[in-house]
Amino acid sequence: MLRSFTLHRPETAEEACARLADLGEDAAVYAGGTELLLLMKLGLLRPRHLVDVKRIGGFAEIGLTPEHGGRLRLGAAVTHRAVEHSALVRARCPLVSSVARHVANVRVRNVGTVGGNLAFADPHSDLATLFLTLDATVELLSPRGRRELSLGEFIRGPWETSRAPDELLGSIALTPWAADTAAAYVKFGVHERPTLAVAAALRLDGAAGAGRHGADRIVEARVAVGCVGPRPVRVAEAEAQLRNASLADLEDAARAASESAAARVDPADDLYGSADYKREMVAVFVRRALRIAAARARGAEPAARFPHAVVA
Amino acid sequence: MTIHVVVNGRPRDLEVAPHALLLDVLRDALDLKGAKRSCDTQVCGACTVLVDGLAVSACTYLAVEADGRSVLTVEGLAEGDALHPLQRAFVEAGAVQCGFCTSGMLLTARAMLAENAKPTRDDVLHYLRGSLCRCTGYRKIVDAVLAAAETVR
Repeated sequence: MLRSFTLHRPETAEEACARLADLGEDAAVYAGGTELLLLMKLGLLRPRHLVDVKRIGGFAEIGLTPEHGGRLRLGAAVTHRAVEHSALVRARCPLVSSVARHVANVRVRNVGTVGGNLAFADPHSDLATLFLTLDATVELLSPRGRRELSLGEFIRGPWETSRAPDELLGSIALTPWAADTAAAYVKFGVHERPTLAVAAALRLDGAAGAGRHGADRIVEARVAVGCVGPRPVRVAEAEAQLRNASLADLEDAARAASESAAARVDPADDLYGSADYKREMVAVFVRRALRIAAARARGAEPAARFPHAVVA
Repeated sequence: MTIHVVVNGRPRDLEVAPHALLLDVLRDALDLKGAKRSCDTQVCGACTVLVDGLAVSACTYLAVEADGRSVLTVEGLAEGDALHPLQRAFVEAGAVQCGFCTSGMLLTARAMLAENAKPTRDDVLHYLRGSLCRCTGYRKIVDAVLAAAETVR
């Protein structure tokens, strides 16, 4: 059962921001409701007004940003399903399509939104972990204007973001990886939400006309680990350890990177497991994700199946 | 708020509060008890109904969102006395035990077949992730969905 509330359905971002500014703490931004309504049912949130952002122009659209080259722009009210089925997403950020296919379950994907997922900052978010490796930025709108933050600046901690009460998350922009990048996303967990997730991307040296599958040297690596600590993190140490490694000695670099990742995360003892266990599993899954990415770099799709894990 | 919604093929004008959940409107106002309240958190699938063909958790879906849309519940699957091929396949495969998850399983499978008429076993397992059954062990449910896919084709 839900407590009663007034539903507002603005059609412009200005109108939505004005409502939020007027209503202050009494209002909650509402899109798919897959997170918000749960917390309202539990009585953890008791907003007297819901501001539905699904009718705002552009909020449900997927496109490219105007700058040269065009980053992938996801309107805040785009559903996981729309991301999964978008040809543009598949062309520019194929791993985002694959991961969207594995968010929660089909019912949540049909109504849950990308903006809601990030704005709730649930630490078990698949998208936030992956988006860190795509240098994601978020656009925040308010009566004072517009500002853009990196996703790392936006997500401050569990269920905590830099969004002010009168600000609205308008869109998310992702920077597609360069060609010659191979990547993998692996999540592990026995409960509904993942215990941990790893996103790994390796850009290979495409010089000397060797082509994607002839290149052997890692010129850039990106590693993000999420769902296991208060917020997802990029692991700069691991990325540095992988840089300049050759695929032939990936195992040594991957071992070092996995230890750095395990040291970097900040897990807690909870129903998902002890902190020590989770740290150990982070190391295991960072190595696995890197091996899958490396295999893909060679043009192979490994038959990687791990108990209680999803490979995207 | 007044919503106009087609439920199992029949147009309805309903007066609902903004905070009314679709599950309560279906079960209490329309007396359609096929969708069940179980986990109440979108985890189990027992309350699954289709809105414009897409599976949603009616327990966490505002009734006002169904305005202008069509809703299919398990009561609308059969044509008169003729069971839907999925229902027949569930009976024949022994995919129903206590029956609590069955309506959600049927509707989820129907949504999948509308998107993918030739699913593999992995496709079915992927689509049914988050539809929980505590009796069957899932094998017979997956068998039934694959058998129904053959029939529908």
